[in-house]
Amino acid sequence: MRSPVRLERRLEQPRWLNWSIPVISLVTALVLGAIVLWITGKNPLEVYDRILERGFLGKRPIQGTLITATPFAFTGLCAAVAFRMGVINIGGEGQFYVGAIGAAWVGIAMTGQPVGVAVVGMVVMGMLFGAAYGSIVGVLKARFNTNEIITSLMLNYIAGILLNYLIFNSRSYWRDPRSMGFPSGKPITERNEWTDYVVGGVKIPLGFLIAVIAAGAIWVLYKRTRFGFEVGVIADSPRAARYAGIRTRSTIVLVMALSGALAGLGGASDVGDFRHILDAKGLQLGGFGYTGIVVAALARFNPFSTLLVAFLLGGLTNAGYALQGPDFPSGLVGTLQGLILFTAVAGEILVRYRIRANRRRTQAVAS
Amino acid sequence: MQSAVRMTGIVKRFPGVVANDGVDLDVRPGEVHALLGENGAGKSTLSNILTGLYRPDEGKVEVNGQVVNFASPKDALHAGIGMVHQHFRLVETFTVAENVVLGEDDAPFLMNQQAVATRVKEISDRYGLAVDPSARIWQLSVGEQQRVEIIKTLYRGARILILDEPTAVLTPNEADVLFATLRAMVAEGRTVIFISHKLDEVMKVSDRVTVLRGGRTVGTVDTANTSTRELASLMVGRSVEFSRVTRVNRADNSTTVLELTDVTANDDRGRVAVQSVSLTVGRGEIVGVAGVAGNGQRELAEVIAGMRGCSSGTISVAGRTVQSGRARVAIDSGVAHIPEDRLHTGLASSHSVEDNMALKNYRSREMSPFRMLRRKAIREQATGLVDRYDVKTPNTSTPVRLLSGGNVQKVLLAREFSAMPKVLVAASPTRGLDVGAIETVRDRLVEAAEGGVGILLISEDLDEIMSLADRILVIYEGRIVDDLSAVGADRQRIGLTMGGVAQETVR
Repeated sequence: MRSPVRLERRLEQPRWLNWSIPVISLVTALVLGAIVLWITGKNPLEVYDRILERGFLGKRPIQGTLITATPFAFTGLCAAVAFRMGVINIGGEGQFYVGAIGAAWVGIAMTGQPVGVAVVGMVVMGMLFGAAYGSIVGVLKARFNTNEIITSLMLNYIAGILLNYLIFNSRSYWRDPRSMGFPSGKPITERNEWTDYVVGGVKIPLGFLIAVIAAGAIWVLYKRTRFGFEVGVIADSPRAARYAGIRTRSTIVLVMALSGALAGLGGASDVGDFRHILDAKGLQLGGFGYTGIVVAALARFNPFSTLLVAFLLGGLTNAGYALQGPDFPSGLVGTLQGLILFTAVAGEILVRYRIRANRRRTQAVAS
Repeated sequence: MQSAVRMTGIVKRFPGVVANDGVDLDVRPGEVHALLGENGAGKSTLSNILTGLYRPDEGKVEVNGQVVNFASPKDALHAGIGMVHQHFRLVETFTVAENVVLGEDDAPFLMNQQAVATRVKEISDRYGLAVDPSARIWQLSVGEQQRVEIIKTLYRGARILILDEPTAVLTPNEADVLFATLRAMVAEGRTVIFISHKLDEVMKVSDRVTVLRGGRTVGTVDTANTSTRELASLMVGRSVEFSRVTRVNRADNSTTVLELTDVTANDDRGRVAVQSVSLTVGRGEIVGVAGVAGNGQRELAEVIAGMRGCSSGTISVAGRTVQSGRARVAIDSGVAHIPEDRLHTGLASSHSVEDNMALKNYRSREMSPFRMLRRKAIREQATGLVDRYDVKTPNTSTPVRLLSGGNVQKVLLAREFSAMPKVLVAASPTRGLDVGAIETVRDRLVEAAEGGVGILLISEDLDEIMSLADRILVIYEGRIVDDLSAVGADRQRIGLTMGGVAQETVR
């Protein structure tokens, strides 16, 4: 048995594929999803209309989507930055927690300072904490050539345990002494809560704006600077980098620190923008770090696409919550979301391969 | 007589290049047919078409008189065509027998080890392909691995075998064994297509030769009626002189540009690879380092280029001691380096030609003021160098891995020479290149020496060292065991010291 079609590697990847494949993938997902919906007795058009309505159309849905998208954007950038050097940082999750710890500390401790100072303090602290945590992975890789996937993953668990310790198992600075029954974090000073910015009637979280600035900065850093050139060469061939006199070890540590700092920023935004406490449980339920890897991969590690994918995924997530109900099981929502991710990943293959029809090999068998 | 393979008017275009531009090839059954041509002449493309890896854009392929249209290597195999690639496709941790049946169409779910081993044994006995069916691939030498590849194609019933530069990885002795095997196969009526750019072996093993140049067939000749010289001129389109290169300025030994004193260094596994080596290279001097591969040449080159630290001893460039193990320090003090592994050490192969031209000077103020890259300056530099060094590339943003071997080396040379080095360490700079490219590389080396660069030429090719170097050092097990002037050097003596026979005994 031979399959009627086969994949052939593309010798070059035409530019138009970069935008047409994602569009085709999305359409395919919608068609497949429609079939599933139709089988389960729903009107696909109606459902899609509701997804659009709840996730993307109108001021309120967009506001909600931006809130959900903000952590995805940061962890997505975190994964993208490391992957550009060929380093797979699974540790966005832990770096996110640790950044939140740093930012919450500043948010609680700083009282009486002008509002701006505290916000800057939280941003800086979140980045520093995340960077420090990320650079552990970098140092281990640079010095001892350990596998970053394993070390960063293990550090996620350690960060989770640290969170639990700070809130549930100790009387730490972060724990609210007034919370007796169920321990929770100490709220940050009210005036240290981050403000939203209103653009065209839509409230945009400060965190999302910071993510946009960060994406721009990353783009410049990687496209236009010496450092970015060096990162690119290391990703291509570490030996060639050493040959060219590039300091590979310190570059690895720096990139991991940068990657961690971005996740840490996400943690800071989680505290400053949204929860206003160090929420040990909520952070761990979010799984933002892992979602970020998916976001970055779908965005093909481009910082601006990462923002876009984070936004789309945020909208889908919110629409999913809105759709759920007695007549619409959460499994069906998951199926629709899964189909979109699945076709997006499948579409990736078409960028690198093309489909050819398999002709019968009658003439080939000649002897 | 019907042809075993007949390819007519084959055209294959790649983005920016026409790899085959109307190639004709006619191979008779039961002959060893050599396909000779420079790198980039279109040999590999042609064989990839014949084995179903590529489809021709135009032209006709006939096998045993029947027109074929292969969609995959499997189709080609069904028609009896098997290929032995230059880079083996073997699973290192599997046994020989397992590798032989791997990927077979109708392989049973459970493998009959015994039966396969018996067949493998049978094939290997018949053609003198000695190899143990139960050995694992990683335990085998390169020569033995190649035999496994050949057995694999024979096991699958190939009547026509294509070998892509099979001797590139072999020692001269192993090559002779291979030639005997090829003769045994044609004696049985099989057909062999032998791809090579080495004239001597083509003369030695083939019955007929088809020469390709620039994607076209130049001609097919009977080996018996031709000569090395004729083949060489067919291949490059003019007659080539192989002789000692004469230089305008002789070496000016009064100024030393590179001096190593008692340098000792380890290899990657931590064993001593370079042992108290002391040497000097004068301004404009070419010093050859001769030796059998694996005697510390690579490590020696890397130590000088700053890619490897030395455990003791000092290195000085133009009279100043340089810190060892810092490539950046070596580059900044004027050391250029052409490494053996061009595509993965000397170049970032997925990067563009222009990025690779700037691989070492991207740090300069012209290329990146205030640490910001000036893409325009990088492009202009590349455009100039591509022009000056005659690099054949569609444009400067083409990834270097898409270039042919000779052009890859030209990119490297252009970058290293344009940096105005004081010292150049060149490790096997012509290996794997065709006659035309070899000539270019040699000319550039001589030119650089005339311009005052001190060159340390590390090569296994004794002819190359003899024809270029002023002085020859022989390296054996990490030590310099002999030091002699190249003019009137005694080849036999060098050969013996390379092989570890002590110098005293030689004299």
